[in-house]
Amino acid sequence: MPPLPPFDFNSPISWAGQAIVILLTGVGVPRDLAGAIATLLGVIVLASYGLTITLLLIWAERKLVGRLQDRLGPNRVGPYGLLQTIADAFKLFTKEDITPTGADVVVYNLAPLLSVVSVLLIWAVIPFASTVFGTNINVGVIYVVGVGGLGTLAIMMAGWSSNNKYALLGAFRTAAQLISYEVPMILALLVPVLLARSMGMNDIVKGQTVWYIVLAPIAGLIFFITSMAEVGRAPFDLLEAESEIVAGFHIEYTGLKFGMFFVGEFLHAFTISALAATLFFGGWRGPWTDQVPLLGVVYFFVKTAFAFFVVIWVRGSMPRIRIDHMLAFNWKFLTPVSLAAVVVTAVVDKLTPSSEWTRAGALFLANVILGAVVVWILAATARRQRMQEEGSRQEAKHAGPAQGAEAHAGAH
Amino acid sequence: MPPLQIVFLVASAATLVSGLLVVVSRNLIHAALWLIVTLFMVAVLFVLLEAGFLATVQVVLYIGAIAIMIIFAVMLTRRVMKDPGPQTNKQWWLAALVSLAIFAALAAILFQVPWTVTNASVSPDSLTDLGKSLVDTNRFVLPFEVASVLLIAALIGSIVIAGGRD
Repeated sequence: MPPLPPFDFNSPISWAGQAIVILLTGVGVPRDLAGAIATLLGVIVLASYGLTITLLLIWAERKLVGRLQDRLGPNRVGPYGLLQTIADAFKLFTKEDITPTGADVVVYNLAPLLSVVSVLLIWAVIPFASTVFGTNINVGVIYVVGVGGLGTLAIMMAGWSSNNKYALLGAFRTAAQLISYEVPMILALLVPVLLARSMGMNDIVKGQTVWYIVLAPIAGLIFFITSMAEVGRAPFDLLEAESEIVAGFHIEYTGLKFGMFFVGEFLHAFTISALAATLFFGGWRGPWTDQVPLLGVVYFFVKTAFAFFVVIWVRGSMPRIRIDHMLAFNWKFLTPVSLAAVVVTAVVDKLTPSSEWTRAGALFLANVILGAVVVWILAATARRQRMQEEGSRQEAKHAGPAQGAEAHAGAH
Repeated sequence: MPPLQIVFLVASAATLVSGLLVVVSRNLIHAALWLIVTLFMVAVLFVLLEAGFLATVQVVLYIGAIAIMIIFAVMLTRRVMKDPGPQTNKQWWLAALVSLAIFAALAAILFQVPWTVTNASVSPDSLTDLGKSLVDTNRFVLPFEVASVLLIAALIGSIVIAGGRD
């Protein structure tokens, strides 16, 4: 057996991969198979990491939302209530597993699985540090979008196969919400791709000598809003709006199958935070990462935790948006603004000299101007609407009470 | 047999079987879901050919957009949970004849073309090359622009239809 290579502190993952391959070929496993086993082990480690961290995330979220709502949050099981999620998981284990009458059994059971898998798959392309990542495929950004489509599919499958009208309504809302919000999200994702001249996640991080949130604040904000809508949590939780359609697409799910949707949602919220950190906040970039690449993991998680805090903060402070407002906001506001952001970024980026700081300054200025124009258009539209309404109200006053009511109704 | 060949055989068998199930399923939603499996397996075949971009685009476009739209449309149709009625009509033999003829013609062409087999690997920068060829006046800029005009026309058309009265 050849000796193991010396432990490489800077890239522990590739060292572990090499070590496993050497160990396995030493005991007579063919080289192809050994490589496949090493890859499989990596996948298992990454997936288990994702699912384990969810236990902590659920605790953190409940604690934070508790504080936001002037409550204490979980504080009975374990120190600071840390073990509450484990107790809840055990409770879910013991629940009866119900399959509703008339359900499409195979589809019904596949949906929760697909929902978790679609989120876990995203972690394959997120770089934790310059040397610690699952894979740096050159189509990373499109891969993220494609995997997100599988999540949409899972929710539609769940809603349809449950044989329940509320679940089906939830699935319809999915189609309206998730597919619509994909449009501005993809457009916003185009901006970092344009700036980095690559779709690979690690290349995008490497390109961020200046964080892209400075170069493209509008695209960053749009990405953050739309990906929150993709997760489907407050203020965009129309898929499972308790007060309207009971629990939406997962109304019929019990026990661990419900748990999988639950875990999938929390992990998805953390995943979009990680994506925002990677694409717009410089990912693993920070002081001294050139000397000690592993330090990037710390920076990455600090940035992700901050983004996750904002997600929870929004969830804790915003009421649910109405469905027509949700769609109007997407199609009449986010989509045109993201289109404009892509065009402005492309033109300004091409016109400015390649020096990093002039480019950053010009792009930032362009974004500020674009933002001002957007706000000005919004204000003008709102003013025109207000004038119209006031005009019709005054007409109503002159026309007398009976006709006035009619004119008023007509104005709306 | 090398492992990649086994994966290829499994993936192509799965493509064919799920493709068959698309047309013989009694349930429309099941047919749509089998269609998704078929399209996904085609993406797997692309990955085996080291065409990662095509594979992801296949998933984004065909599964993320088209298949989900099909499922949505099917969900909106009535009687989807009930028996959808007979699957064939009196012209089934004609359709079978035409498809067999097309299959025979395609197979004949496939066998006649002298396929060149090389061991050259795919260039790692094929994605950049693809992007450049789409805006190169000597290559595919015209089809690319025509396709985008078509899409814009479809977009405007749908807005006009949805816009209604004014």
